[in-house]
Amino acid sequence: MGLSKEHLLARLKELQIDFSQYDHPVVLTVEAQAKYVGHLGGGLSKNLFLKDKKSRFYIVSALADTKVDLKVLSVRLGLGKGGLRMAPEESLGEILQVPLGCVTPLSLVNESACNVSLLLDQKFKSQEFCFFHPLSNDMSISLTTNGLDKFLKSIKRDPSYVDLEANPSVGKDQPPDLASLVPSSSVVLADPPETAASSKDCTENTVSVGNKSTKMSTSKPSINAKKAQDKPANITDVGKMVDDLLDSTSLLVLKEITEENIKEHGEELGELLSKKIKNQLAAELHNTIMIFKNTAYTEGFHAGMHCHPKRS
Amino acid sequence: MEIKENGEEEQQIVNPWKVEAKEGGKIDYDKLIDQFGCQRIDQSLVDRVRRLTSHTPHVFLRRDVFFAHRDFNEILDAYERGEKFYLYTGRGPSSEALHLGHLIPFMFTKYLQDAFKVPLVIQLTDDEKCIWKNLTVEESQRLARENAKDIIACGFDVTRTFIFSDFDYVGGAFYKNMVKVGKCVTYNKVVGIFGFTGEDHIGKVSFPPVQAVPSFPSSFPHLFSGQDNLRCLIPCAIDQDPYFRMTRDVAPRIGYHKPALIESLFFPALQGETGKMSASDPNSAIYVTDSAKDIKSKINKFAFSGGQDTIEKHRELGANLEVDIPYKYLKFFLDDDIELAYIGKEYGAGRMLTGEVKQRLIQVLTEIVERHRRARAAVTDEMVDAFMAVRPLPNMFN
Repeated sequence: MGLSKEHLLARLKELQIDFSQYDHPVVLTVEAQAKYVGHLGGGLSKNLFLKDKKSRFYIVSALADTKVDLKVLSVRLGLGKGGLRMAPEESLGEILQVPLGCVTPLSLVNESACNVSLLLDQKFKSQEFCFFHPLSNDMSISLTTNGLDKFLKSIKRDPSYVDLEANPSVGKDQPPDLASLVPSSSVVLADPPETAASSKDCTENTVSVGNKSTKMSTSKPSINAKKAQDKPANITDVGKMVDDLLDSTSLLVLKEITEENIKEHGEELGELLSKKIKNQLAAELHNTIMIFKNTAYTEGFHAGMHCHPKRS
Repeated sequence: MEIKENGEEEQQIVNPWKVEAKEGGKIDYDKLIDQFGCQRIDQSLVDRVRRLTSHTPHVFLRRDVFFAHRDFNEILDAYERGEKFYLYTGRGPSSEALHLGHLIPFMFTKYLQDAFKVPLVIQLTDDEKCIWKNLTVEESQRLARENAKDIIACGFDVTRTFIFSDFDYVGGAFYKNMVKVGKCVTYNKVVGIFGFTGEDHIGKVSFPPVQAVPSFPSSFPHLFSGQDNLRCLIPCAIDQDPYFRMTRDVAPRIGYHKPALIESLFFPALQGETGKMSASDPNSAIYVTDSAKDIKSKINKFAFSGGQDTIEKHRELGANLEVDIPYKYLKFFLDDDIELAYIGKEYGAGRMLTGEVKQRLIQVLTEIVERHRRARAAVTDEMVDAFMAVRPLPNMFN
C-alpha cells in the first residue's frame, strides 16, 4: 500500500517544509476543491495523469487556468501527434496509489511511481503558494514551489518546470524540447485490459491527426535515408551539396554509358548525354539550390535579428 | 451566397465561396469567360511568353490550365519595353491539409517569378477565414503560418518574395488604400458582385477591399516606395475574378494601374469533374502529406476512369478522354508533351489500358509529392519569419 496522508504530512514536517492543511469533504474536481480553498489566495492545481503509447506515464501538474493541450505536449515530448492520452483509471491506483480525482505530484513518493515523469507548470512559480492533494482528496495542502522542490529532491526527483502553454515548432532542426522528460523505462502493468482501454481511446481524439501520423510513419522507412540529409546544418553544408550533386550526375552518366548506347550513338553519345543530363537533372538541381538559398538567407536573417549593436 | 442570373434556367455558380456546375454537369468555361468578360489565352500568347522569357512555358500554360486572362498582353508589352511588374497571389488558410489542387496557383506563380525575374507578394487571408469559416483569430493565424510553410516549399525565392498575413499586416499604407477602395464601391455594387444579403454581418461586407489592395504597389511602401506606376499581375483560380473585377473598376478612379490577371480552371476531384473536392473527404484529392502507398491506393481505387467496362469493349471503343481523371491529371502534371500525346492517342484508341495510365500517373504524382515533402521538411519557423518579415528586397528585379 502506498504512503498514507498522515505519513506524508509527517515527512513534510521532518523536512521542515512549510505548509498549511485544509480538511474538506472529498472532492473529485478542481471546481469542487475551489469551493473550499479557492478563497485563500494562491493557485489551485489541476493534475493530469497521462500515458503514452509505450506505457510510459506522466503527471502534468498545472495551475487550474493554464491551458494544457495534450496534442502539443505530445509533440514536444517527441511522442508525435496524438501520442499522449489520459491514463486509464486502474493505473491511478496501481502506479500512483491514490484514489480517483487525487492525482498529485506528491504521489511520486510511492515506489510504484518511480518511473512516472513529472511536468510542473512554470506558472506555479508566480504564485505565492499552490494547493495539492496530500494523497487523499479530503484535504488540500498549500505549498510554495520551494517547498515542493525540496520535497521532490528528497525523493531523488528533479523538479522540472515547463511553460505548458508554449507551442514551439518541432521539426528536423528543432528537436522536441521536452524530450528529456520522457521516462527511460516503461511501467509494466499486470492487466491486459489496458490495451483494450487504450485502443478505445485511440478512436476518440486522434481521428484525422492520428491517421495522418501513422501514415507518415509507414512511409518513413523508405525516405529515412533522404530525411537525414534535410537537417538545416546539412542543407547549407556546401561540401556535402557539391558531393551529392556530382554523385547524381555521375550516376546518370554511368547509367547511360553502356556498350549498347556506344554502339548506337558512337560519337554523338557525348552530346546526347549532355542533353539528357540537362533535362533530367535541371529541375532537381533547381529545387535543391533554392532550398539552399532560402536556408542560407534565413540563417543570415536570424543572425541579423539577434545581432548586438556595435560597440562605440 | 448564390448569384442567380435573371435567366429561366439555373446557371452555374462561380464566386469566391461557391463553385457549382449546372445540375450534374461540368463547369462551362467558355460561358464563364463570356459571363465574366475576360479573354482566352491563345497559342500566340503562349509563344510570346516563350520568346520573352527564353524559357519553355510552364506545363500549365501549354495545356490550357491557365486559360484566361485580363490585360496579360499589356504586361508583356510593358515587359518588352523594359518595365517590370510584380506578382500577387494568395491563399485563404482554412485548413492544414493541403492537396495538389491548392498548390497549382503556387506552382505556376513560382514559374512566373523565375521566368520573368520579378518580385512576389503572397497574401494569407486569415481574417477572411476567421470571418467566413468562423475560426478563432488564433486558429486562423496558426493555419496561416502552417500554410505558409507549404507555400514556401513550392520553391519561392526568399530574396524576391514577401508573405504576409492580414492580421499582421493590415494597417498603415495598406489600410489607407483599403479605405480609398472602400469609398469607391457602393453597398449595392458589392451585393451585386458577391451576393451579400441583409443577413450577412458587416465583417463580410467590409472584407473585399482587403483582397483588392495588394494589387497596388503603394500598399507595400517597404518594397515599392516611389514606384507607383509598377504594374501587377495576379495568377489565381477563376473563381477569384469577382474581387479583381471590382479592383479593376476602382483602380483608375484612384490613380492606379488596373491589375492584370491570369486565371486557371478548377482542379477536378478524383471522382470526376462533377464530383466535389472536399476537405472532409480525404479520398477526393491527393494531399501533400500522402505517402506513396496512399497515392497508389487512392488513384487505383478512386480515380474516375473513362475506360470501358470490359477489355474487349475498351480495345474497340477506346477511353473517353473527356471524363477520364487519370488522363486529365496527367495533363496537369506530366511535363513531357510527347509522352502525353502518345498516351492520349493510345488510350483514346483503346490500345492502352486504364491500369497503365494510372500507373504512370502514380509515378508522376509520387515524385511531385515526395519533392514537396522534402522541401517542406527544410522549412523552419525561422524561414517563415524571414519570408514574412517586413524587410526590403534589394535584388527583387535582378
